[in-house]
Amino acid sequence: MGSTNSTLSKIPNAGDLMQETGFSPAHIVRLYDRYKALDKDKKGHLCPQDFGAIKELAMNPIKQVCQEVLDFPSFVRILAHFRPVDKNRPKDPNSPEHINSRSNKLKFIFQLYDQDKDGKISRQELLQVLRTMLEKQVTEEQLESIADRTIQEADLDRDDAISFDEFRKSMEKVNIEHKMSIRFLR
Amino acid sequence: MAPYSQLSFLLTVLLIFGALCVTSKVQIQSSSERQSASSNTGSTGESTSNSSASITTVPIVTWKWHHVETPYLVALWILVCWLCKLMAQLNSKLKSFFPESALLIISGFILGGIVWGADKAQTFKLVPRNFFYFLLPQIILDTGYFMPNKLFFSNLGAILVHAVIGTCWNAAAVGISLWGCYLGGAMGNLQIGLLQFLLFGSLLAAVDPVAVIAVFEEVHVNEVLFIWVFGESLLNDGVTVVLYNVFDAFVSLGGEKINAGEIIKGIVSFFVVAFGGSLIGVVFAILISLLTKYTGKVQIIEAGFIFVLGYLSYLTAEMLSLSAILSVTFCGVCCQKYVNANMDEKSVTAVRYAMKVFANGSETMIFVFLGVTAIDTDIWVWNTGFILLTLLFVLVYRFMGVFFLTWILNRYRLVPIELIDQIVMSFGGLRGAVAYGLAASLDETRIKEKNLMITTTLIVVYFTVILQGLTMKPLVKWLKVKRVSPTELKLIEKVNNRAFEHILAAMEDISGRIGDNWWTRGWKRFEDTYITWFLMKPEARKNRDYLFSIFHKLNLEDAINYVTEAEKRGSLAFLNQTDGTIVNFEKKLRFSGVMPDIMSELDFGNNNVQPTSVIQDTVPSVSLNIHEHEMKRMNEDFNAHHLLQQHLYRSRKNHRHKYSRSNFSINQSEDEVQEIFQRTMRSRLESFKSAKMGVTPAKKITKHPKKDPNHKMSNGKTTDKSKKHPYGDEDFEFSEADSAYSGDGGATGGSSQRRGTYTMGGVENPAFMPEMDTPPPPWVTEAEADTSVAPSQGAQRYLPWSPRNLHRLAPLRISDRSTDSFLMADAPATEESSEESPQQPSQRDGTHM
Repeated sequence: MGSTNSTLSKIPNAGDLMQETGFSPAHIVRLYDRYKALDKDKKGHLCPQDFGAIKELAMNPIKQVCQEVLDFPSFVRILAHFRPVDKNRPKDPNSPEHINSRSNKLKFIFQLYDQDKDGKISRQELLQVLRTMLEKQVTEEQLESIADRTIQEADLDRDDAISFDEFRKSMEKVNIEHKMSIRFLR
Repeated sequence: MAPYSQLSFLLTVLLIFGALCVTSKVQIQSSSERQSASSNTGSTGESTSNSSASITTVPIVTWKWHHVETPYLVALWILVCWLCKLMAQLNSKLKSFFPESALLIISGFILGGIVWGADKAQTFKLVPRNFFYFLLPQIILDTGYFMPNKLFFSNLGAILVHAVIGTCWNAAAVGISLWGCYLGGAMGNLQIGLLQFLLFGSLLAAVDPVAVIAVFEEVHVNEVLFIWVFGESLLNDGVTVVLYNVFDAFVSLGGEKINAGEIIKGIVSFFVVAFGGSLIGVVFAILISLLTKYTGKVQIIEAGFIFVLGYLSYLTAEMLSLSAILSVTFCGVCCQKYVNANMDEKSVTAVRYAMKVFANGSETMIFVFLGVTAIDTDIWVWNTGFILLTLLFVLVYRFMGVFFLTWILNRYRLVPIELIDQIVMSFGGLRGAVAYGLAASLDETRIKEKNLMITTTLIVVYFTVILQGLTMKPLVKWLKVKRVSPTELKLIEKVNNRAFEHILAAMEDISGRIGDNWWTRGWKRFEDTYITWFLMKPEARKNRDYLFSIFHKLNLEDAINYVTEAEKRGSLAFLNQTDGTIVNFEKKLRFSGVMPDIMSELDFGNNNVQPTSVIQDTVPSVSLNIHEHEMKRMNEDFNAHHLLQQHLYRSRKNHRHKYSRSNFSINQSEDEVQEIFQRTMRSRLESFKSAKMGVTPAKKITKHPKKDPNHKMSNGKTTDKSKKHPYGDEDFEFSEADSAYSGDGGATGGSSQRRGTYTMGGVENPAFMPEMDTPPPPWVTEAEADTSVAPSQGAQRYLPWSPRNLHRLAPLRISDRSTDSFLMADAPATEESSEESPQQPSQRDGTHM
């Protein structure tokens, strides 16, 4: 990574991205390299097939993390959700919340569950995620009852679905900042 | 404080008695106060020869103190120590600001004082051999076995850094600084060289897990801090012992002979001993796990295997001169998961309790004896400079080490350890019995100042345990250390935690870095494919998903809460509940429908549960008792099965009045209110009716109308439990059973017509149902036809149902059988039917036996 500056200059909007996501130049360069490596046929964006090519990821139950076509900025933005929250980064009152703030992290998970983007995790959606996450030892009935109970725990307005507010409330005690962070993105 | 004074009185009496017993003997070997086999056999041999020689007449009663002396004293001391703990716990005022370990040490002082007063010498002290072989292993095994594995392994790096580097640093720094001060003339003339100082430093470096846990458990610090301190103290014991052995070897080698080669050998042996010990532990953990795959046959002693093998792992490592503490630690850490999955739930509980009993018991003894040991003029050698400097260095270097290492670690940590936590961590460097044990096992011929070292070690121990332990709580409060908040276990959090793991792993893959999650996931996959297959029972593997077990646990809690709640409200609450609770419970039960164990405990008459056939055959279960296990085995036998059937329908018969048949006829969507109404109405009607008839068992019911439902409830439970196994059986021979029942039905009459009467009687006309249950004398003939018909027909009606509804089907079927026989019983005389219930319990017992 000796040629940091030269590579950084090649990345479009690198400065804005850094500003937005809080990544350091080194991070951006590294991610850009990775981005290019993933984009095998140099089409300038990443499509689900590119992610499917990652062997480890193919075995991950949460494959749907990246199902859209991504360009570099959105690629960086997704990863930026997982930056650890840093205290000493000055928070500008005017600027929107940092992308790696608690509520943004929460929103990110929520969207993973909420496949149809109606702002609610329905029983079906939860079931689907559970089905992929739990191993095969669990039967469908067990899955359903687990889903039922999970919804029941969070569901405050008894509509058999979890809204974002309910989701946030149910996760109040969980240390999201810690659990949704990856060390090397710091 | 009546119990308190009583206890202290009891304790004093015991002590005086003990002291008298001891003084009556001329001299006992100081080491023989606990299991010292050689002296034991020696003394018994002596006393038997005495008694045989001096016999003149036939003695009626003889005083045989020498026969029992050693075991008697051991038992007495155990009792006394535990009573001390009890007193410490009873005195709530003292307990609120004194840590228990400190209280125990202080009571040890008192006890030691009493013994010394009686004996004019300290006959009892903590002998290293006893400590290391009989008191320490179970404590370490306990901590290893209950180690929060995930937390431990995710912090293993930091723990190792602190345990290995921190310990070496402490040992070296304390040793060298003391030596420097000695050269500087701070402690007068002592016969100590650099090596001895290093040896001393290494034995003082042991942060004692016993003391640390005792203090930290009381203050409830946050979990990362806890695992750091706890893990460090546990591993660093092993490291200390290793270090101690290396320096001990150096000392016996003598300063002149040590060259670079020897030093390298020492370093190599350090690693070999530490890792070899851990390896022995892992090997034994595998052994235990493998063994528990098959111990189901001897379930009654299953739990014992864990202890025996754990102890053997300790002894084996000791035998191979590897680190025994590390061995038993890793044995516990590695086997816990598989053992818990393999063994029956009962055995798991047994292991847990026994583990805690042993560990707490010996912990108590260790602390008390640390106190007792101090009351002895022989070991006290005062050297102000040496002692004070040691205290100072121990404290200061602990702080320095922790701060420096944490500073390095923080550069790589996602969430840095805060300053406050570091302070608490440094302050938690309590020294304990391990240090004393090591000091006491120093060789006096090579180390001339052994007593000074023991004295200093004891003072360090007292200082850290009592003073630091005392100030720990206020410090934690004052610094506002993040405490762990008792949180409710929530399924949604666990589900999300699982999601986080996957997401993080996915992100690491995408960003192309190998991070922590990559490792955990790789390990998990490896474990799932190979280790689980190797070490777990096939049945245990099935039911193993973590989320699922959380779910199970939550359901169990709910169920238990429900029962206690209902019982609190009085037994009638079960029947007279408001809709709300019932609905709630229904819902919960629906969830718990997945768990056969819960159902078997709670499914009293609530047949809306839908068990799945898949689950019916899951083996681990909470509610089984041993008899039932036996029955399970017998099930394969046809005769036994028959017996069981007999038994089942007998017991069933008794509760027939409770499981109203209305239950079966009601649709699933049926309103609970009506059900309750029907049930209560029916039971009232019944008791009323039978009371009128003057039947004995019914009288019982009318006599204690309030107790009645309670009675019913427990009855219902037992039936359900016993029902369980046949159910599992039925799963397999479902079709067979069905055909049998349809045959039954065919034999008794046309089914279509009966179906009509059945549904009518069940739903529409509550008054009709009692007739079906206990046909009153006048209607015998009519009722005969009806009763014989209704249930079997019900069975027919449910025939086409899927196996999911088997549970619903089964009680029905049983009742069907019972009515059939009921009919037979009915034929000769109606009184017989009423007599059946009193007979029933004895019969049930018979089958159980």
